[in-house]
Amino acid sequence: MEQVMSSINLSAIAPELILVVCSLLILLIQSFAPIRLKGWYGYVSLIGVVGAVAVVLTQPQSFELRAIEYSFNGMWVVDNYCRFFKLIFLLGTGLTILISIKYLDNEAMQHGEYYALIIFATLGMMIMSSGAELITIFLGVELMSISLYVLAGYTRNRMISNEAALKYFLLGSFATCFLLYGIALIYGSTGTTSIPAIAKFIAGAGFGGPTIVMGMALLVIGFGFKTASVPFHMWAPDVYEGAPAPVTAFMSAGPKAAAFAAFARIFMEALPSLQTNWTMLIWVMAVLTMSVGNVIALVQENIKRMLAYSSIAHAGYVLVAFLSAGERGISSILYYMLAYTCMNIGAFAVITVLAGKGEQRVRIADFRGLGYRHPIAALAMTLFLFSLAGIPPTGGFMGKFYIFSAAIKEGFVGLAIIGVINSVVSVYYYLRVTVAMYMQAPDTAAEKEIPVTVFSPALVIAIFISAYGVLSLGLFPSTYLAMVKLSFLTLL
Amino acid sequence: MVPLAYYLIVSALLFCLGVLGVLTRRNSIVIFMSIELMLNAANLGFVAFSHFLGGLDGQLFVFFIMVVAAAEVTVGLAVIVALYRNWDTIFADRIHLLKG
Amino acid sequence: MNEYISVLIMLFLAAATAAGMIVATSLIGPKIEFADKMEPFECGESQIVSSKRRFSVKFYLVALFFVIFDIEAVFVYPWAVLFKDLGWFGFVEMMIFIAILTIGLIYVWRRGALEWE
Repeated sequence: MEQVMSSINLSAIAPELILVVCSLLILLIQSFAPIRLKGWYGYVSLIGVVGAVAVVLTQPQSFELRAIEYSFNGMWVVDNYCRFFKLIFLLGTGLTILISIKYLDNEAMQHGEYYALIIFATLGMMIMSSGAELITIFLGVELMSISLYVLAGYTRNRMISNEAALKYFLLGSFATCFLLYGIALIYGSTGTTSIPAIAKFIAGAGFGGPTIVMGMALLVIGFGFKTASVPFHMWAPDVYEGAPAPVTAFMSAGPKAAAFAAFARIFMEALPSLQTNWTMLIWVMAVLTMSVGNVIALVQENIKRMLAYSSIAHAGYVLVAFLSAGERGISSILYYMLAYTCMNIGAFAVITVLAGKGEQRVRIADFRGLGYRHPIAALAMTLFLFSLAGIPPTGGFMGKFYIFSAAIKEGFVGLAIIGVINSVVSVYYYLRVTVAMYMQAPDTAAEKEIPVTVFSPALVIAIFISAYGVLSLGLFPSTYLAMVKLSFLTLL
Repeated sequence: MVPLAYYLIVSALLFCLGVLGVLTRRNSIVIFMSIELMLNAANLGFVAFSHFLGGLDGQLFVFFIMVVAAAEVTVGLAVIVALYRNWDTIFADRIHLLKG
Repeated sequence: MNEYISVLIMLFLAAATAAGMIVATSLIGPKIEFADKMEPFECGESQIVSSKRRFSVKFYLVALFFVIFDIEAVFVYPWAVLFKDLGWFGFVEMMIFIAILTIGLIYVWRRGALEWE
């Protein structure tokens, strides 16, 4: 009993505790406080997020020491890898909250539940990145997913939002079952769910036998769904299109990063001896994900749907980094996810501004002439789209550069070539929006019907932070690289 | 004593039945029931493995999975109720505003 | 096979008892039909409304709350078994767990989800 007690280390879960308290507080304010406090939910949750960021940055030691602390009987680990991911999640959450405040006012749905759910989802992601044991990771996945199912259907009077929630729920929980069955098989063949113990068992036994390979394949399916990789991507376009725009922004960044965090930790730390088995699987997945995502994005008319396919393609680039494994691969995943979070949420922030009440202006045609009516919004959108396309001097370019150079150094030259061809193809559909914004006349008749959402200070701040992130990741990569280099997984 | 393989075969069969149900059924609630079947297949696997490995870990995991499944049921049924109010149907093949 | 024998005997006895009762009543019981007898059986009460009627979605909501709060009790059982070993530490942990559940209950109650009208 002594040992159990001593392994409980509350400081290891301090950022998570802050978020729990914050979300419970929001629920209590929602239950008791008078209606005029309505505007405060967003700010209370922001305070929680900022507090969690501060703790992640300082606890348990400074980044340079690269400490790895196991606690809770080896179920929980705090290392630089998970700390870096937690910063990405919290950045995504903070930006989403800034975007959401004005949006929810417009939709007359300013409720505390929204922010509580966003924070619960963030909590789930943090548990996924810190779990050193498969069941802990599973609980994180579920906490995140269940919150997201509700958020996708948050605008419950909108039919497409209902549809998005139902599809996300059915396909998401379907994927969860594969994940869980995979965990069960790995548990059965190794006798443990602890990541270091699994690695030790497989290394000791030489090879794990068919059960463990099958478990691994099921995990690939489960995480394939969660990262929206082809052929498990069917849900993503529908859900991204139907969900409210800030929620789409949120789930295209954090949850995807969290899925990659857990995916990489399990495969690099627990199953490195099966690398020959999973390399082939994931190679095929990476090629399909990049190509299918980019090709289908070419013909989309709805900008949310186009960005959904683009985010599928981006998952493909991250899979390329995943295959490179090792130090270079992992650090390029981290760099790319950070850049991706800034640029994707930034793009969705601009979409939120322009979509108007009830999100009626989400076709690419609606962006015509934007460069003249809203020059700053158009400029920000152009920056984010350039970054998504991988045009220098943006974060997206540096991210892709690191991924493809890691792939070439690890011997995946063919894959890198396919990736580069794909990102050239992607320039076409990103530029289409830019061309619409600057070189096409606006549709004046439709213009008058729906009032454009006005800027709110919070939205401007969100767009500014994203733009700053994209530019500084592109222009001054060395500071971020130094941090990333300290954060890759310590491989066994 | 019943050998481990028997339990695993039942568990794998349940899982496959669940997958088939999800892929072939049209009613959202029936699809959802199939998903629950898959979760329980995993539970059976955990309990069987745990018994034969001689620990309690696997049985403890089942507690967590049950609670997670209950949370999922609650959210899922709520989503279906909200959808029914707007759509007047729960048949997955009639719910198709989003496509392309 | 041996360990199954007792189960099989049990199965056989149960099936035989059930079948025997059905056969016996149909052979020796009186067969009089009247209106009340032909109604669906509702614990001896006479039927008030048709069972085909739609009922309010509110029942559904209450059932959802029941499921979610009921299943949390699963964590209390292992704690109760180990209560003495875990001591004060376990007690405090469990109280925190229950406090969080209570916040959930307070939320549900204040948001009016428990009101029937």
